[in-house]
Amino acid sequence: MKQNLIMSFESSCDETSVAIIKNGNKILSNVVATQIKSHQRFGGVVPEVASRHHIEEITFCIRDAMKQANVTYDDLDAVAVTYGPGLVGALLIGVTAAKTVAWAHHLPLIPVNHLAGHIYAARFIKPIVFPALALVVSGGHTELVWMPKEGEFKIMGETRDDAAGEAYDKIGRVLGINYPAGPDVDKMAAKGHDTFHFPRAMDNDDNYDFSFSGLKSAFINTVHHAHQVHKKLNHDDLATSFQDAVIDVLVDKTMRALKKHPVKQLILAGGVAANHGLRSRLEKQVDQLSGTELIKAPLKLCGDNAAMIGAAGYIFYKEGIKADASLNADPGLEFDWLPNEAK
Amino acid sequence: MKVLAIDSSNQPLSVALLDDQKILFTTTMTAHRKHARYLLPIIQDMFKKSSLTPQDLDRVVVADGPGSFTGLRIAVTTAKTLAFTLHIDLVGVSSLLDLALNVQNEGALVNPIFDARNQNLFTGLYQIKNGIPQSIIPDQHVSIDDWTEKLSKYKNQFLYVVGNADHFKSNLKHVFSDHLIVSKGINNLPQAANLGLFGENKTPVSDVNKFVPNYLRLTKAEFDWKQQHPKAANKDDQSYVNEYTAKI
Repeated sequence: MKQNLIMSFESSCDETSVAIIKNGNKILSNVVATQIKSHQRFGGVVPEVASRHHIEEITFCIRDAMKQANVTYDDLDAVAVTYGPGLVGALLIGVTAAKTVAWAHHLPLIPVNHLAGHIYAARFIKPIVFPALALVVSGGHTELVWMPKEGEFKIMGETRDDAAGEAYDKIGRVLGINYPAGPDVDKMAAKGHDTFHFPRAMDNDDNYDFSFSGLKSAFINTVHHAHQVHKKLNHDDLATSFQDAVIDVLVDKTMRALKKHPVKQLILAGGVAANHGLRSRLEKQVDQLSGTELIKAPLKLCGDNAAMIGAAGYIFYKEGIKADASLNADPGLEFDWLPNEAK
Repeated sequence: MKVLAIDSSNQPLSVALLDDQKILFTTTMTAHRKHARYLLPIIQDMFKKSSLTPQDLDRVVVADGPGSFTGLRIAVTTAKTLAFTLHIDLVGVSSLLDLALNVQNEGALVNPIFDARNQNLFTGLYQIKNGIPQSIIPDQHVSIDDWTEKLSKYKNQFLYVVGNADHFKSNLKHVFSDHLIVSKGINNLPQAANLGLFGENKTPVSDVNKFVPNYLRLTKAEFDWKQQHPKAANKDDQSYVNEYTAKI
């Protein structure tokens, strides 16, 4: 069988990435230029600074991805690119570069939703079996996505305010932890106890939506109040209390969705999918369900990267989904919602 | 030599295709600001109607700033990616110089202007010598008061103003009075055909990968940060980005 090679682009936030993916599931190269150090100067991602770094890095990433994969343009079958959701100025660099490469080398262009990319990072572990459910948790997104068949995505629930990763960054700031705060809070949480019993917002509501802004405020108020009365709080306990509240809601809602809509696979994806607390809790819970397997996105592919865009792009390529030269960035791109009666 | 020229620095989008000194195709539009959506389709259409393929291209000339940050990045990303992927020459030309090319009177002092809001402008002063604008005062981001002061020593000469100068006309009139000549209509729009003709004779950039727009203005976040960290202020921007390979 002829091999399929896709060059994929990702630039939706603070990582410029280009990958070469073979047959949708093998990474020949996956070059990621991360700007974290730059935005740490400001305590979070500054969109204009992000766009400026993307344009600095973009052709270096193409060059290195092709060199590492040892391919030429003649070997390629298609170009795939994230066109949303994300920061518009950042998305535009990847979209513009991908369009240009596709036109210059007469290759089809495949538009990829960034969240579909995160979900398809699981494809590097094993084939996805449908129906499947995905829990996508990152700095910008918290969504439960129902996947009845290949290439079809329906939102069952999403965050109504802060994304889970965003809440980690905001409470991290209060603890003196720079963005991205997730990994450090996760480590501290492993050492502490849930002594603060923060609220689990919407946990008992009859829907699959999330809310983390109340939890964030409760956390910040607790720390500020203690500061005012010169009381020292145990940071590890604070971290555990926060993380347990986040994980409780994420896992409770996911398990409820699984009970209502049994699936063959549950996919855990997105930057926060690298959180050890979340990974192990979900493992334990899903173990108790028969017939559902948990697929965790590989740790190295939880953050933004182009390999996952290539994996999703391969699926769309097979389905004949193409964009033309007028493809634009769509910062608010969303999957369709699963109709209420189907939830 | 087949040359593609692009200017999307501001509201106008201008694209041209040239073969040596012959203009094959040129277009300038101001109907909208969706440069990301329209630029490549325009290029595609030009090549198709000229019976050319991307592989025929020898050089890309791009207006590289100053201007709207996002607008600049559309043209510069397209130009640098094309030059990189086709292994062809890339030439960057000041977006202000591109506008100055609209004035061709020998010896004329030309003042191209982009409105940068809040009484600020992106501007520079040029003089036409041998038919080509030469920089007299470098391109800069400046307040209108500071700019008119810099121009005051030229007040006895004629000043040709091109671009988006509506907000600054009275300030300039105050200095130059009857010597102020404000361009009209098409002369206030960048013409990529002029850009292409000009760029054919320029030395291409030595490293396409490192080519970025000349924003002439830091982001507010960076400006504030550099004020607070004067020692680290001269650090190369790229050292804030780490490249790694993510495989499983």
